[in-house]
Amino acid sequence: MGMIDAAEPAVADAAEPAVADAAEPAVAGTVEPAEAEAVLVSASGLHKSYGDHHAVRGIDIRIRRGEAFGLLGPNGAGKTSTMRMLACVSPRSGGELSVLGLDPDLAGPQIRARLGVVAQQDNLDTELNVNQNLLVYGRYFGLSRGHLREKSVQLLEFAQLSDRGDSRVDALSGGMRRRLTIARSLVNDPEILLLDEPTTALDPQARQVVWERLSALKRQGVTLIITTHYMDEAEQLCDRLAVMDQGRIVAEGTPAELIERYSSREVLELRFPAGDTAQADAVAGLGDRTEVLADRVLLFTHDAEAALNAVRARGIRPESSLMRRSTLEDVYLRITGRELVD
Amino acid sequence: MLDTASTASTPPAAPAAPAPPTPWQPAPQTSWQAARCVLGNLWIRHRVTWRSTFISSVLQPTLYLLALGLTLGAHIRPGPNTWGQPYAVYLVPGILVTRAVQNAVGESTYPLLDGFRWTRTYWAAVSSPLEPVDLLNGQVLWVAVQVLESAVAFLVIAAVFGVVTGPGVVLSLFFAMLTGLAVAVPVMAFVASLEREGPWFTVLSRFVILPMTLAAGTYFPVSQLPGWLQPVAWVTPVWHGNELAREAAFGGLNVATLSVHTGYLLLFLAAGYAMARRRFTRRLRF
Repeated sequence: MGMIDAAEPAVADAAEPAVADAAEPAVAGTVEPAEAEAVLVSASGLHKSYGDHHAVRGIDIRIRRGEAFGLLGPNGAGKTSTMRMLACVSPRSGGELSVLGLDPDLAGPQIRARLGVVAQQDNLDTELNVNQNLLVYGRYFGLSRGHLREKSVQLLEFAQLSDRGDSRVDALSGGMRRRLTIARSLVNDPEILLLDEPTTALDPQARQVVWERLSALKRQGVTLIITTHYMDEAEQLCDRLAVMDQGRIVAEGTPAELIERYSSREVLELRFPAGDTAQADAVAGLGDRTEVLADRVLLFTHDAEAALNAVRARGIRPESSLMRRSTLEDVYLRITGRELVD
Repeated sequence: MLDTASTASTPPAAPAAPAPPTPWQPAPQTSWQAARCVLGNLWIRHRVTWRSTFISSVLQPTLYLLALGLTLGAHIRPGPNTWGQPYAVYLVPGILVTRAVQNAVGESTYPLLDGFRWTRTYWAAVSSPLEPVDLLNGQVLWVAVQVLESAVAFLVIAAVFGVVTGPGVVLSLFFAMLTGLAVAVPVMAFVASLEREGPWFTVLSRFVILPMTLAAGTYFPVSQLPGWLQPVAWVTPVWHGNELAREAAFGGLNVATLSVHTGYLLLFLAAGYAMARRRFTRRLRF
């Protein structure tokens, strides 16, 4: 019974990601049209500068209720500056911004009362225990101790920390702290949850748990805004993505749309002995697009198997070959380039 | 199919998400309520960490009183320089003010840098409906409460040693608190603009706070200082605090001195507050 309940909304999600209602109101009846149309965040020409440095150079964003929206981009792309403006903790330098229908410049506290924020760096009070952290934070929202006692039980259960209520934060693992930070951000039942790199520095198991918890929130209708530079995370959690680079949004769409637009369906990876550029040149033209790396050549194509046959037909013998589907990582690297950004 | 599999693979212990968000309008907080809430939270923290500050805030002034007042003081004859009081009695208001200043500064340095930089709890707080100024207000209230708390504890001990002269000392308490705040709030402004600790806290305590508490009329009257140094003592808040605390304790408070000294301390406090407010906002809302 519980299993069916959990599966149903997920199936509805999978049936058609949110693209459809971007162009026209949802007609399938899976979502209330009024709900689907509710735009919770709307920015146009949003700009942020610190002195001469322009961190965000005029971006447009629309995020609807219940959506999971991802901001991708290399370090310094302007993701965190954008998130801080959306979280109403950083005044914008220019452009229009409305969060929950209100202007952050005029109604910051009222908006923040309905937001949950998970910052990039944990900012739990390490001197206090888990319950005290929830209590202290909840009181900032004007919530009563009685309400917070009940709420804490619920939140710790959600974060799978029920048995750690009396542990000092010092004693928690990185994954537990992150889950506690997420639990804390839910203390006010936020309508929008903003997460800045929620799983950076976590081990794979801890990341899986965080993803699973975030998906649970999404199923409950909480709107998620996430920054990340993990493509698997973006693919797992986000209905819609915006890729930022140098303060601008350079690409936007569902994961599937982005792959279709910026990559091919499949990729053939051919490995050649290092420095053997002649062989690499010889396969050029066999894919829609070719990318030559130090030790590999990537052929972007709609049919990797056919491409591999064509390679062999030309008498080229790579050391090894790998056929795979295109991923967001391919898209991301195509858009933002392969140079290291520090 | 895929979804069923993923659902089945989640551990059975994994509970459902909390109840779906309900349109919920939080009670609007006035800035007084917000500051009180910050104060309450600092109190929750204090209940966990009070042991580490207890020694410096209560035991240390007691040792000063014993060491200076009851031993050294035995060799000092009461006279005009001690307001006609035995030296130990003369010391009590001064130690009240001095310790208030040191406690207040202590509460305004490391704990603030902790909030800004180490545990970063201030950043969490200002992503709630709170504004940076609410944090500042709560912190100022907290310093007032802390100073008052340890000063009361010290006075009780002093009374046990029989060096408290009369009820006027209760008024000295409030002058000590005012002096503590007048020094601490500009320090908060300074700390809010620090990127990291560096040498600054040592410099502050050794070259500003310590000389001020030693030479501005706590242990001996300013009139005993070399002439050129006396004006320096007069501009320190500690001297004004000492004058007020002693006048309150031993009599001699009048409208003229009261308004000059409290006026000076309030001016210090107001200027410091204006700076601190700007610094907090600039730091947390860039």
